[in-house]
Amino acid sequence: MTIAWDSFTPWASLGGGILIGLSTAMFVLLNGRIAGVSGVLGGLLRPAGADVAWRAAFIIGLLAAPFAFSRVAPLPEVWIGADTATLVVAGLLVGVGTRFGSGCTSGHGVCGLSRGSYRSLVATASFMFAGVVTVYVTRHLFS
Amino acid sequence: MRIATAFLAGLLFGLGLLLSGMTDPSKVIGFLNVAGKWEPSMAFVMSGAILVSYFAFRLAGKRDRSWLGETILLPSATKIDRRLVLGGLVFGTGWGLAGICPGPALVSLGRGDSEPFVFVAAMLVGMGMYELYERCPASRMRDAG
Repeated sequence: MTIAWDSFTPWASLGGGILIGLSTAMFVLLNGRIAGVSGVLGGLLRPAGADVAWRAAFIIGLLAAPFAFSRVAPLPEVWIGADTATLVVAGLLVGVGTRFGSGCTSGHGVCGLSRGSYRSLVATASFMFAGVVTVYVTRHLFS
Repeated sequence: MRIATAFLAGLLFGLGLLLSGMTDPSKVIGFLNVAGKWEPSMAFVMSGAILVSYFAFRLAGKRDRSWLGETILLPSATKIDRRLVLGGLVFGTGWGLAGICPGPALVSLGRGDSEPFVFVAAMLVGMGMYELYERCPASRMRDAG
């Protein structure tokens, strides 16, 4: 293993992580809820959901972030390597998997681990493991 | 009020994802690429987030009501079951394929590129498939068995 020093951003990533932590802190202390993106979004797909307004407001906040960010600093460069077919398959798997497993990187990875939830630790280990294996297979075995 | 705070929480979360580099799939895949050129930045994102929210959840755990008077709803499930692990494995496979998870996917919609729209549309179809599965009575019997 070698380290990708050329793209390593420890301070920006730590700072961004602290902002994410402040968001989840604010959400639980003010709204009393877990800021898990797949859970907040997935709940909108349920009929007769009483929580439509705050869920939609949270999602609109996420969508507004690039606009707000670009007022202060240029948006970071992104590189999306996946082709359309891969994006479709990946999106389907992420959609089904996060709902079936009750959470994603934010709900299990950030909120769950912060709460000391053993269940979230198992979930996080599961998706990290599958992610590492998938990248290994696609980048090293078939590339 | 709780609508406004939900919007602000979403905005702050999105700003954090942008600043941290989580909206760049190549950085995420770089973190998962432990056998190649490893990009450790994502460990700093997780550490920063958990460092702050650990104290918030400790505080929230001692209360019934939030500062706005809302009921604090923390997950009560503790069971490690097949759904949890299978769901995690399926999610992780999709995550590793594209380097995109739900939060960054939504934030990236606001950049105006076409790829996030394709991904989010497929993700919503996947979430909808789960909802249909949940509503199918046979699914409960299968899970119970």
